[in-house]
Amino acid sequence: MMAAGLQALLSHWRRRPGQLATLILGLALATALWSGVQAINAEARASYDRAAAALGETRHAQLLPAVGETLPQERFVALRREGWLVSPVIDGRIEAAGTSVRLIGIDPLSAPGDVAPRGFKGGNGLAAFMLPPGELYTHPDTAPALAAAVGASVIPAAGIAPGTAIGDVGLVQRLLDRPGQLTRLIVLPDQPLGRPGLDQIAPDMTLRTPDQGSDVARLTDSFHLNLAAFGLLSFAVGLFIVHGAIGLAFEQRRPVFRTLRALGLPLSRLIALLVAELLVLASLAAVLGMVLGYGIATALLPDVAATLRGLYGADVAGSLSLRPAWWAAGLGIALAGTTLAAVGALIRVARLPLLAPAQPRAWARGNAGTIRAQAGAAAVLALVSVLAARYGTGLVAGFAMLGALLLATALILPAILSGALALGARLARGALAEWFWADTRQQLPGLSLALMALLLALAANIGVGTMVSSFRLTFTGWLDQRLASELYVTARDEAEAERLRAWLAPRADAVLPIWSVEARVADAPVFLYGVADHPTYRDHWPLLDALPGVWDAVAAGEAILVNEQLALRQGLAPGDGLPLPGGWTPVIAGIYSDYGNPTGQALIGLDRFTALYPDAPRLRYGLRTDDPQALSRALTEEFGLPPENLIDQAAIKAFSLQVFERTFTVTGALNVLTLAIAGFAILTSLLTLARMRQPQLAPVWALGLTRARLARLEVLRALLLAALTLACAVPAGLALAWALLNVINVAAFGWRLPMHLFPLDWLRLGVLSALAAVLAALWPARRLARTPPSELLKVFAHER
Amino acid sequence: MLLDIRNVAKTFAGADAPVLSDVSLALDRGQSLALTGESGSGKSTFLHLAAGLDTPDAGTVAIDGTVLGTLDDAGRARLRRGTVGLVFQQFNLIPSLDAGANIAFQARLAGRHDAAWCAALADRLGLSPHLRKYPEELSGGQQQRVAIARTLAARPALVLADEPTGNLDEATGDAVLTLLLELVAETGAGLLLVTHSTRLADRLEMRRHLSAGRLSQ
Ligand SMILES: Nc1ncnc2c1ncn2[C@@H]1O[C@H](COP(=O)(O)OP(=O)(O)OP(=O)(O)O)[C@@H](O)[C@H]1O
Ligand SMILES: [Mg+2]
Repeated sequence: MMAAGLQALLSHWRRRPGQLATLILGLALATALWSGVQAINAEARASYDRAAAALGETRHAQLLPAVGETLPQERFVALRREGWLVSPVIDGRIEAAGTSVRLIGIDPLSAPGDVAPRGFKGGNGLAAFMLPPGELYTHPDTAPALAAAVGASVIPAAGIAPGTAIGDVGLVQRLLDRPGQLTRLIVLPDQPLGRPGLDQIAPDMTLRTPDQGSDVARLTDSFHLNLAAFGLLSFAVGLFIVHGAIGLAFEQRRPVFRTLRALGLPLSRLIALLVAELLVLASLAAVLGMVLGYGIATALLPDVAATLRGLYGADVAGSLSLRPAWWAAGLGIALAGTTLAAVGALIRVARLPLLAPAQPRAWARGNAGTIRAQAGAAAVLALVSVLAARYGTGLVAGFAMLGALLLATALILPAILSGALALGARLARGALAEWFWADTRQQLPGLSLALMALLLALAANIGVGTMVSSFRLTFTGWLDQRLASELYVTARDEAEAERLRAWLAPRADAVLPIWSVEARVADAPVFLYGVADHPTYRDHWPLLDALPGVWDAVAAGEAILVNEQLALRQGLAPGDGLPLPGGWTPVIAGIYSDYGNPTGQALIGLDRFTALYPDAPRLRYGLRTDDPQALSRALTEEFGLPPENLIDQAAIKAFSLQVFERTFTVTGALNVLTLAIAGFAILTSLLTLARMRQPQLAPVWALGLTRARLARLEVLRALLLAALTLACAVPAGLALAWALLNVINVAAFGWRLPMHLFPLDWLRLGVLSALAAVLAALWPARRLARTPPSELLKVFAHER
Repeated sequence: MLLDIRNVAKTFAGADAPVLSDVSLALDRGQSLALTGESGSGKSTFLHLAAGLDTPDAGTVAIDGTVLGTLDDAGRARLRRGTVGLVFQQFNLIPSLDAGANIAFQARLAGRHDAAWCAALADRLGLSPHLRKYPEELSGGQQQRVAIARTLAARPALVLADEPTGNLDEATGDAVLTLLLELVAETGAGLLLVTHSTRLADRLEMRRHLSAGRLSQ
């Protein structure tokens, strides 16, 4: 009985291979985008974890300098003498064969066991590690470049993050040319009793506890959340296809189900068979999707890696490694998605009355009740979205709001389309036009899932496009303000810096120091800058909010300026005080925008800055001049500065814009893929509907319309529906853009951006979606135009 | 001659015997002819050829002197729109339009819509209370009556009906046929009616029988 039942069920797919392909391909595409994004995220996170593990960041507390990047090695010795079990670490970057490699120096004798690189053995190995020429352990990808650049022996070790190498602290100090300097101290887990407190012996250092996670992981979280949200959106769009395909396959097999039940197959068995069938299909699709997803991830990873390096200084491997957890997650989400998409169909099978007449067209029949229920659900979701926007905080609330908003627009779409088509029918003149509108309305139930998918894709496209374009516009305007100096010069050492200042004084209109020091404020890294009192700043600096007389207060060393992200993170407003390392709590006189920078920043009057942080390096300067080219030439001749130490405004702008564009390459690619999936959904829906449409079209044909004319009307219908969907997608997309700019960006990056509208982009998208709809409609329409009359005549001659 | 069919033959792809071989028939305005035959004898096929819905393998079909074989798809569609009225066994109606719109549809396509005439037809066929209903909300007999009203609303010269009462009980079938005959007589059209009921066939002026691909009296 089971075998016979299974055979009867499966024979359906043999007769409808296209439907089988739709189901599997839809699910595979959905899984592909989702798992591709997950693969990228997993790879990046694994890289951070390896980097953090190498530093012991995730497992051990650390002591960091409160101001500046380094501490002298004597501090380590002093702390050890006081009884503190700490281990020194030096951390820096060198150039190796054109790439930047992060060098981490550790002391194998005092470091906790889990900090040493995997593959490193004590005993004899210790001598080779510590004594000249020394050893560097590094990721296999990085080994060749590093080996060419350093004198030590380079040992490939897979457990180390790419672009990172670990060696003895002495070796790394030599390679970085920072003798006697450390960047941090690892605090061992077990400390002896009775040692003096850190606030007494190391007031200039801050203790970071291990559970806080690495800075990189924290900074990049929002970026990965963005990617994950996009992956989820694509997956949701794909699920619309799967839902449609399953619904159709079940609906068409109703007579089979009924016959099987009548022949004595228990309902529970029937359901079990159907579930088993779905699981097999879903697994197949999942594997296919994962392979596709792997391809997508491989194609996108270089851009993501470049973004992460440019934006956050995080190193991510350029190639993917396959993780069992990733396979399991991909398979799991595909199965869960299929189950979700099939629940409704399975319930309908369970409720199937044994004796009702077979009605295969019920699937496509309009149901005002369904439309009303969907509209009701949309209203509830819209309310959820508004509440989340009003009362929620943080990224999760932001994404909840977005998700509810998008879903609400998708669910309200059938009601809006139905209303618009009814209006069209009312306004139509002529029998054919009336029929066209009415018939289009009748197709809605069969097409609404695909149209919802299209709506989601279009809205996401408009939303993200508006966000990126608004950002770009704001960003370029901001760059112009911020990069007021014509030339930027960096001296190679302090002596050269002094000669530079003396040489430049009579030759440049102004020499503006760009001196900075890294500090920890409220346990997050903040860069403190000294700023000269000069019209360059007074006239150009992109202030968002300021007290009156702001620049005078800053110049007098009474107040500071902070960037928007620091203000938002700490809840600061002009007039508040901010305690800085060194025991100074100045008033905040103003807040300025600072895009593309994930960390906090504060500007301090130059005199005050040098008094507070006399050790800050004084190497960088912005130069104001009427003739940057001549000055640049003269500087190069006089000082022989390498090109990277002398950069003009245009080059920095170009570089910044390039980083910006790369950041959104991934988003753009995902956008296009989502749109493609929606196009595919329309094609499959139209193809499946085409079969059911013969009884609807045959009478019109018999009454005097050619097949070619009917086919043209079919294409026009697809175009009309796509246009109406786009009309709904524009407001939805703008709401999405607003949320991205005012909620997500603020939570993720700490900056709020003004929204600009780009109607030309909508036009382009409109043309694109019209093209997709026409392409999707062309195939079924061509088939209709070529249907032999005898095929259409069967409608009238036979019982269907 | 309104309908002039000469020596048509038709064989479906894959079939071993022809459905129609060398069939000829002529029908003029005001005449009515019943075509009988067993199930599967080719009655519907013949009707479809006569309406220009399908093309014969050999022979010619001419309507009002126009040989259908010389027309392209669009030409045949124009002829169906303007000159021919069709009533099928089932699935006659356009599901997305209500009964009233269905009745007016062909007349409007042909550009000779007459609201008063449509209303009169609906009234005669007892459809007036059902004009706002959609095909799926109508009974089989009501659907057939809507199909007849739609055909006659366009005042076609030639009415082709394929077992228009096949799905109806005897009494309803008789009543519908009576109306059809009356209305055809009033409009002066020619009527070719397919049926396998000799009882119904006897009510028409002429009668032909189809078997083994050939016509007999
Ligand atoms: N499109 C087609 N393709 C192949 N064979 C067909 C096609 N249409 C009809 N036939 C065959 O042609 C023969 C005649 O069919 P037709 O529908 O004309 O019969 P009929 O006399 O109208 O029968 P009924 O009284 O049952 O309606 C049948 O054997 C049928 O199987
Ligand atoms: Mg027949």
